[in-house]
This record gives sequence, C-alpha cells and structure tokens, in this order.
Amino acid sequence: MPVAKIPPVLRSSTGGEKEVPVEGSTVGEALRSLASRHPDTEKQLFGEGGELNRYVNVYLNDEDVRVLEGLETPAGESDTLVILPAMAGG
Amino acid sequence: MIEPGLDNRPCGGKYGDIVRSIGHTPLVELKRFSPKPGVRIYAKLESANPTGSVKDRVARAMIEDAEARGAIRPGQTILEPTSGNTGISLAMICARKGYPLKVVMPDNVTEERTQLLRMFGAEIVYSPGEQGSNGAVAMALEMAESDAGYYMPYQYGNEANPRAHYDGTAIEILEELDSVAVFVAGLGTGGTLMGNARRLKEENDETLIVAAEPLQGELVQGLRSLDDGFIPPIIDLSLLDRKIFVSNRDAVVWTKRLIEEEGIFAGVSSGAVAAIATRVAGDLDEGNVVTLFPDGGWKYLSSGVYTKTIEELEADGTLETASFW
Repeated sequence: MPVAKIPPVLRSSTGGEKEVPVEGSTVGEALRSLASRHPDTEKQLFGEGGELNRYVNVYLNDEDVRVLEGLETPAGESDTLVILPAMAGG
Repeated sequence: MIEPGLDNRPCGGKYGDIVRSIGHTPLVELKRFSPKPGVRIYAKLESANPTGSVKDRVARAMIEDAEARGAIRPGQTILEPTSGNTGISLAMICARKGYPLKVVMPDNVTEERTQLLRMFGAEIVYSPGEQGSNGAVAMALEMAESDAGYYMPYQYGNEANPRAHYDGTAIEILEELDSVAVFVAGLGTGGTLMGNARRLKEENDETLIVAAEPLQGELVQGLRSLDDGFIPPIIDLSLLDRKIFVSNRDAVVWTKRLIEEEGIFAGVSSGAVAAIATRVAGDLDEGNVVTLFPDGGWKYLSSGVYTKTIEELEADGTLETASFW
C-alpha cells in the first residue's frame, strides 16, 4: 500500500500523523483516499474542479507528479507520495 | 615559429569594468562522475562570476533592463527579496551604479551572506527563517506596497531573469558543446532553468531539462497554510522534463564528493545538482549532460558542511535548519 508523507502545515488535518497509508493505483486515487480518511485535507489538496491545489507539490517518491502524468501518474505498492508546500529559493 | 592561437581565452577576456566581466564562466568536465564511456557530465562553474554566483548575470540583466525602460530614477532605492546570492549581486552592481539597496532575507542563512551584503553597502531586513524565501518575498512585497519610492526588480517575476540565461549562459554552453542531451539545474526562482531550457530546446528540441529542487527541512516549512506556498511566476512547468527534490543531507553528501573526487569547491545546491545530473546521466547511452553549479562553497564555510561529517551535521541540527538555496 503506498504511503503519503504529510508536511507539518497539513498535520493538524491528519490528527498529527506524519505518514498515512493510502489506497489507489494512481496519485489522484491515493490523494483522494487520504482526503476520505482525513476530510479536512480535501480543500487544502484539491481545487474546486478536483485539480491539485496550485500551491501543493506532490512527489512520487522524489519526482514532482506535475512533470510526470499529474494525478494520473501510476502509484505502486511500494511508492511514497510526498506532499510539500511550494517553497521558493533565490 | 608563430604558435597557433589558443582555442580558449587564456585570461578569460579583457573588460572595461567588473560588471562587464560577468559571465563567460568555465565549463568543466566531471570525469569521475560519468557513469559510462560516451556519457559526459559538465559543470558550468558560476562561482567564477565577480561576486561568486550565477546571480551576477540576473542582477545585471534586471538592473540594465530597468534602466533601459526608464523604470529606475537616478539614486532610487532598490528593494529585493533574496535568500542571499541575488542580494549580493545586486549590492555590487547597485553600489557601482549609485542605487541604494535594501534586501529582505531569511534570518537563517549563513553569516557570510550578511557580511557580503554589508561589504557592498546593502541594508538588510530579516524575515523569519522558518518561512524560508516565501517569507522574504511576502515581506518585501508588503514593503513595496507601502512605499512607492522603492523599485523592486522582483527576480521571481522578472523576465530579465530567464533572459539573462537565454542570452548568456545558454549561448556560452552551445559555443563549447556540439550537443546537449540533458541540462540540469537547481530550481530556485526558475530563471536558470527557464532561460536555458528555451534556448537549448530551440537548438535541439530533444534536449531534456531536469530541475533539482531543495527538499526544505521541516523546521523551515513554517507556513501557516498551504496557501502560503509560493511559485515564482516565471516558472513554466511545461518546459521541464523532470523535477526531482534533493534533501539537504544528499546535497551535502554530493557537495563533499565534488571536493573529494573532482576538486571542485562548490556551494551546497551544486551538490544537489550533481546528484541529479549523475542520476539522469545513468539513463543515457551517450551524450552530454550539462549542469550549472550556482556558486562556490565560500558562503557556507561557517555552516561546517565542509569540515564536519554528515553524522555531526545531523546531530547538531544543521541539516534540518539550514537554508542552503
């Protein structure tokens, strides 16, 4: 079962949990399983049309899914979804 | 007998002043990092710029662009959010051109950045370190909004930023190499990646563009909500082929490898870039992988990264709290 790593800014919505097992064969399904398990995450993760929130980065292991297949990116049993806020450098 | 002319400029060129000398940085092959014959990894060493980082290109481009557009008045105060390098570059250039400079910078950057900014005469306003550059950007935007006397180049949204690379860095790379299979750079403001991506893909649309981005430690993700996240407006994700994060730990490990294996004394973001460049090089059968090392290690000496072991850096919290990008 894939695992979702929760950033500090989202942990109040997951009861403080840093890692949450999720279900699904795609990143989108896995995130929606997280949202159904912890409903307070839904509005933070998704926009009104069901797309990923603009300021949320989701990585399949260490690769940004937006540069892969987005929410349709396949997620395997041993994969980790890493959710991070968008942070800039410079 | 007259010796034939050298292909490379022996002294790096002759320039009218220090600002004119920005760019023209060396491209150095990392032979020991190559995964197989036929795959070559090159690093463009931006530490060779006047203030020691790639941002000299960007700062010059933004100021000269603003001057050309009449957007800056003589003696006007320039205000800019920065994690350090852009501020330092702007400080040198603004000092030469007579513009007072105020920078907003996270308070958890290394001491050397503060010293360099002060050396060039910049005024520093510190933002909360736990908010990273996001906090500096937010604070600077508030300051600019409340005082119309400032001019903010705003590297995160200024097209002169990527254009400096489109017109400069990428051209230099293409002058030295027949082909570029992959270009790897760090993702901070996005300028390096966007400018080089556009120019390199114009030359060969099969060139892959790979971003290495920092995995910010949890202690510097001090945002109130995900809506406090920030994506620089100049970033166009469609130009990227891969975007991979690198932890502080891995970045430091590879920064140490650069010294030990290649003799290159680079900043920590360069270690991150080297890690990703080596990884993607492993996927190629042949070709050139070009990376950009944004700066040297000088500004990070006080962090202990170059003298302490990884275990020591983990134990003393450096890897969790430091902001290296």
